[in-house]
Amino acid sequence: MASAAQDKSRPADRRGLRESDHEGFLAHKRMRWLKVAVVLSLVAIIAYALVDVTPRHNGGSWLGYTLGTIGAVLIVWLALLGIRKRRMSAGRWSLKAWTSAHVYLGLSLVVIATLHTGFQFGWNVHTLAYALMMLVIASGIWGISVYATLPAKLAGNRREMTKGQMLDALDALDRQLESAAQPLGRAQADLVIAALAQDPFAGGIAARLTGRYRRCRTRAALEGLAIVGDGQDIAKVLSLLRRREAQLQQIRRHLRLRAMLEIWLYFHVPLTIALLGALTAHIVSVFYYW
Amino acid sequence: MVSGPDRFVVAIVGSGPAGLSAAAHAAQLGLAHVLIEKTDHLSDTIYKYQKGKHVMATPSNLVLRSDLDFDAGSREAILATWDRQIADGAVNVRYNAEVTAITGEKGDFTILLKGGDAIRAQNVVLAIGTQGNPNLLRIPGGDLPLVQYQLDDPGEYFDEHITVVGSGDAGIENALGLAADPAQRNVVTILNRGTDFARAKGANVKLLQEAENEGRVIVMRETSPAEVRLGENGGELVLETRDGQQVIACDRIIARTGSRPPRDFVEKIGVEFGSADPGAFPVLSPTFETTKPGIFVIGALAGYPLIKHCMNQGFDVIEFLNGNTGLKPADQPILEEKFAPLPGRRSVEEWLDVIGSNVAIFQDMSPLQLRELLLDSQPRAFAAGEVVFTRNEPGSSMFAIVEGSVVVEVNPADPSLTVPIGQGSIFGEVGLISGRPRGSTVRAAEPLVVVELSRTAALKLIATVPSAARAVNRIALERQLLQMFGSGLTPNDVAPLVEAAEVMEVRAGQKVISEGGDDRDIYVIRRGSMVVEKDIGGKPIFLSYLPAGSYFGEMAVIDGSRRTATVKAAIKSEVVRIPGDLFTALLDARPALRQRALAEMAHRRELNAFVEARKESFGSAADLYAETAQFLVDNGIGEATDVLLIDETLCVGCDNCEKACADSHEGLSRLDREAGRSYAHLHVPTSCRHCEHPHCMADCPPNAIQRGPDGEVFIADTCIGCGNCQRNCPYGVIRMDPVPPKKPGLLAWMLLGLGPGPGEASYSWRKKKAAKQGLEQTKLAVKCDMCAGIDGGPACVRACPTGAAIRVSPEGFLSVTQEGGLD
Repeated sequence: MASAAQDKSRPADRRGLRESDHEGFLAHKRMRWLKVAVVLSLVAIIAYALVDVTPRHNGGSWLGYTLGTIGAVLIVWLALLGIRKRRMSAGRWSLKAWTSAHVYLGLSLVVIATLHTGFQFGWNVHTLAYALMMLVIASGIWGISVYATLPAKLAGNRREMTKGQMLDALDALDRQLESAAQPLGRAQADLVIAALAQDPFAGGIAARLTGRYRRCRTRAALEGLAIVGDGQDIAKVLSLLRRREAQLQQIRRHLRLRAMLEIWLYFHVPLTIALLGALTAHIVSVFYYW
Repeated sequence: MVSGPDRFVVAIVGSGPAGLSAAAHAAQLGLAHVLIEKTDHLSDTIYKYQKGKHVMATPSNLVLRSDLDFDAGSREAILATWDRQIADGAVNVRYNAEVTAITGEKGDFTILLKGGDAIRAQNVVLAIGTQGNPNLLRIPGGDLPLVQYQLDDPGEYFDEHITVVGSGDAGIENALGLAADPAQRNVVTILNRGTDFARAKGANVKLLQEAENEGRVIVMRETSPAEVRLGENGGELVLETRDGQQVIACDRIIARTGSRPPRDFVEKIGVEFGSADPGAFPVLSPTFETTKPGIFVIGALAGYPLIKHCMNQGFDVIEFLNGNTGLKPADQPILEEKFAPLPGRRSVEEWLDVIGSNVAIFQDMSPLQLRELLLDSQPRAFAAGEVVFTRNEPGSSMFAIVEGSVVVEVNPADPSLTVPIGQGSIFGEVGLISGRPRGSTVRAAEPLVVVELSRTAALKLIATVPSAARAVNRIALERQLLQMFGSGLTPNDVAPLVEAAEVMEVRAGQKVISEGGDDRDIYVIRRGSMVVEKDIGGKPIFLSYLPAGSYFGEMAVIDGSRRTATVKAAIKSEVVRIPGDLFTALLDARPALRQRALAEMAHRRELNAFVEARKESFGSAADLYAETAQFLVDNGIGEATDVLLIDETLCVGCDNCEKACADSHEGLSRLDREAGRSYAHLHVPTSCRHCEHPHCMADCPPNAIQRGPDGEVFIADTCIGCGNCQRNCPYGVIRMDPVPPKKPGLLAWMLLGLGPGPGEASYSWRKKKAAKQGLEQTKLAVKCDMCAGIDGGPACVRACPTGAAIRVSPEGFLSVTQEGGLD
């Protein structure tokens, strides 16, 4: 129906240095880092199969040292993501590319480090480092799975509200409840006052992660008032309480999803630091007893 | 009040910076004068600034020429200095005097005041600013003392029935303020002529609804006041409601129904304005005299919004009145500096003369206007062959050729194909009008001197000098037609089209062409953008997006068919309507153009046919596509040039984008990730869209908001912190905050726990730290600058760990929505 202006190329498109391609970190640059990781792992496996080490594969052979060096360098580099993420320096880097590489190269460590051990395990600092590394990777896989599934739920639950707006809405309901509860009898008013006085988000980590708050006094007030029955004042308070409960649910769901998106990091990061310690001990001891 | 002679030499109306400075100088020279002020204090506009507001003194390179002192400082300090100096200088001030009319001629003017007094003066200096007077309540009893137009302190009224008239932000804020404290026991009613509060901010409307639910404020919709009267028990207000008349008790009425610009008042005196444009200023001589001899206009009303300019003019106008016509304006050193790099070693006056006589659009301008224009512009020289600007470069300035000529590279594929533009003409006007990137590369053909007019300067020129406006519009349309049609057309070919063209303003959402119509005109989008829709099974299906510089409607002209789709404005736009028969005549004369038009038409037919054929099978995917496109257009993408979007299926809510934004700049985040609208997992966060015609630029006194080389709209450090841009931005992306103190480094935080860590520091940390370091906390406007000057581009996108944050231009981005859609 019409002719667009002749030049459609915007300066931003021309410069081409912008990350305006719409790909998630897993699919970044058509899975470039997945390919790198797969090639790296395959090379390691083939080398392991072809190289004849006597009496058996171990960490001290030239292949073992090579794999160990690659693994150690990778671990240190992967840990640096924590710094990269927080250091907003100039330059054409993209955190998405870093995350992508972090994920796939981190997974390739499973192959490289395992081959480095030569399947020799024992109750020592070497196996401790290996076990910690596997735990870090496992927690990372957990992280990827929540990153893949929860963001859409988080957005769906927000319904275009920010957390601040949700809390404001709760405040507004509380103010209305307070004035609506004035005509109520002592016992009923106490139920409402108790609900308003309670910190509705207290309940510790378990409540935060499950979204179930067992001693919720808003619920108790709803049940308590429902028994009392009719009356215009009661009905108004009940309707406000129902809205308060719905609002609480939205906020609690928000907090739950945020917590689930973050909790794995509370394993991933401390385990990484422990791993770096164990790795240092492993390397020092290996060279000490050479 | 000091009693004056029978007739003053000069009466100065308005005691803002301009009027004060004029009065002070008149007093110093010993002229018989009077300063007339509407309120009971000096400089009402600055007086009404919030307490402690820091007032800036820009431009810093302009010297202050006044008997009063002025330097950047707090509102209180500045007002105190002026009050003292006005008293010391024995300035004759008449307070509480509102001027209702000015009659008479030079030498004998009569200034009528509200209440019946009259003042006689030989000359009148109008320094009344542009704020205007509040709209009055024009109903019987509207002049009773219980009606007031301002509310200074809502806390001073108790036990009253108060009615607020007006459904804007001012009215709502007043009503909420009066009802805020139940202990005051006021019964507050707010009247709204309509059913909703469309003119007010969303947040205010919400607060009002909440107050209504709680019974703190009575909101009366579809109600207007009919009469105010004093009954037996005090005031009464008669209301016209949907269900008939109603009378309510009313002790006080606060009318907040907007204000009327002072133009009517000034015109009634006999002063002519540059044009009918609402942005026009009075026509002034080099001595600030208007078209009515003896009446002078200075300050904001003359087009100078900055305090220093105003004060200098106050001084100058009195000097002129006192016979010192040879006085050079205070901006002389600035102009000298601007002209210094140009070849030829000419003086400022010689350059002004050359520019004024050589450039066609400047010929009707007074030397004063030209000086002012050049303050906002940059004269530049280019060697032969040098590039002035490149195709696709963003830019909204306009160039006027003072000496030499340029060539325009019309074909990007073949730079040797050029069109010349000669001395005295202009170029670059398309960017100015449409806000879009440059259409072609322009080079100097010979040694060249141009004046580059900033967007503000050019718009002011168009608003104040009608001949310049006509010339610019004509040239712009002619070039736009030539560029669009191509095919070797000459200005002569399109001349009849330009002659018959008619510029139309189109509201957002207004249809220009309706599907099925049999009208026969073609349209060019001059500014704004359009969306093309087709009705499929009762639902409008989005077909395409047309930016400024496109044309539409030619299919029906060429083949005489009915309109096959609807074209409506995505945002407020301007289109040029060209009669279809003239276009047909052009096609008959130019077969090459007809060939091209037919080829383009065939392509669009295919799309239409495709949509037609598939309409039965269109399922929810097409709906989703159309609705998503509509959502994005509703959220201002139609006027965006570059917008941040967040894919909610990828966003983990880490806020690293906000942290990166704060850390890449001075420590304040310019985006709010969580706020903003979402649709189909596409979230438009609160962050700058870099509009084609930025609303924020509209009213920036120091002209600090500019478009940068990469198309970004940024705020320069000449910002004075007035907050106009924040109020004007419809998307709420500008914040006013002082520059925070420096944080300890990242490693100091990670290893030693020093400082607040990455991202924007909390308000309390910033405040405490700044107080400790004794930093000045002046609130300045802060907004996204697309990370201009930072290698690697926008930090928000670089710092997103999952790839949820992307930046796109509208064309690119309607394709983001297209996944699973029509294609």
